[in-house]
Amino acid sequence: MAVGKEIRKKIKSIKNTQKITRAMEMVAASKMRKAQDRMFASRPYSEKIRNVISHLAHAHPEYKHPYLVAREQVKRVGFIVITTDRGLCGGLNANALKTAVAAMREWQEKKVEVDLCTIGQKGTSFLSRFGVNIVSTATHLGDAPLIADLIGTIKVMLDAYTEGRIDRLFLVSSEFVNTMTQRPRVDQLLPIAAEEPAEELKHHWDYIYEPEAKPVLDQLLTRYVESLVYQGVVENVACEQAARMVAMKAASDNAGTLIDDLQLAYNKARQAAITQEISEIVAGAAAV
Amino acid sequence: MAMTIHVDIVSAEEEIYSGTAEMVFAPAADGEVGILPRHAPLLTTLKPGEVRVKPADGGEEQFIYVSGGILEVQPHVVTILSDTAIRAKDLDEAAALEAKKRAEAALQEKAGEMELAEAARELAEAIAQLRTIQDMRKKKGL
Repeated sequence: MAVGKEIRKKIKSIKNTQKITRAMEMVAASKMRKAQDRMFASRPYSEKIRNVISHLAHAHPEYKHPYLVAREQVKRVGFIVITTDRGLCGGLNANALKTAVAAMREWQEKKVEVDLCTIGQKGTSFLSRFGVNIVSTATHLGDAPLIADLIGTIKVMLDAYTEGRIDRLFLVSSEFVNTMTQRPRVDQLLPIAAEEPAEELKHHWDYIYEPEAKPVLDQLLTRYVESLVYQGVVENVACEQAARMVAMKAASDNAGTLIDDLQLAYNKARQAAITQEISEIVAGAAAV
Repeated sequence: MAMTIHVDIVSAEEEIYSGTAEMVFAPAADGEVGILPRHAPLLTTLKPGEVRVKPADGGEEQFIYVSGGILEVQPHVVTILSDTAIRAKDLDEAAALEAKKRAEAALQEKAGEMELAEAARELAEAIAQLRTIQDMRKKKGL
């Protein structure tokens, strides 16, 4: 019986798709655990280095590092935009890019030019069409990004700041709130905005610098910016897996309802065909 | 009770050591330093080498390898921010150049990639149209 052949075919193809989305969901779920662990593992460093920076901001160094001094006039700003390499993770990249574009527009309206550094394939291909100046890129960092892969990309921006080509540096990344929620956000990296230090440190003091203040501060502040970007990248991986898990779960559920509907349509068509056949036979028998 | 000092050794990718100690040795840029409790505030860079921590509970001395980093000393806290990657000025420079090149390549690829995406879209449309025509023919034939 050739009833509903198309429907059967369609059900089969949706079932295959569902198998894929379900597999992706499970893979993302297990990867998310690891990504979250990695995110938490990198936190102590950024906390410790932030402490040191806030001590430093309150010490009275004879040498003021350019990263700590805000420039009055802003002619050009830099953005570091973190996105994922792969798609199928819901609105994660779209949201981050929307935030990035909005922030850049704001500066462009003030006649300030924008330099870009993109981390992740999605942002690179989207923003290269957007017509802004991309000065450095890092892609294919994988699930366990290494800080070594980011050093060069960040250094381009830091050098630009030191040489005065850009006057502010921002980081656009996704914040991992929980599995269901990831929020895009924009942070200022340079100049470094230090927090208020603890009360007991408020007297006049300074570090002993070895060998000298400049190289030590150079290294420390570079590491600080790198650690912030690294933290953003690791967090982005956790966001990616969580978003993908949720998106794939929704896709699997949708495939399920679609299959149910089609199954119903198929059964109805089959029943109608049988009824028709019977009535034809009955009518034929009556005619004889 | 002997005076102790709190030691934290962290790298960007993980926490390495945390505990109280009697004394800490670290390979500072100008030679090895030994830090005792109530040391003056100090900020220094580290060379690749070994950090030794003498735990306060009299346990065995801990050896931790660092490939450079930063040492911060506050009177009762020692923080070592260890590097995970081997760092040198030339290496960093090379990495920066590479990142720039990637950006240029991405921008140049733009045209090619766009054309490819466009072509793929047109192809998909053409296939869909063909399929519709075939379906219609089949239905008419039946």
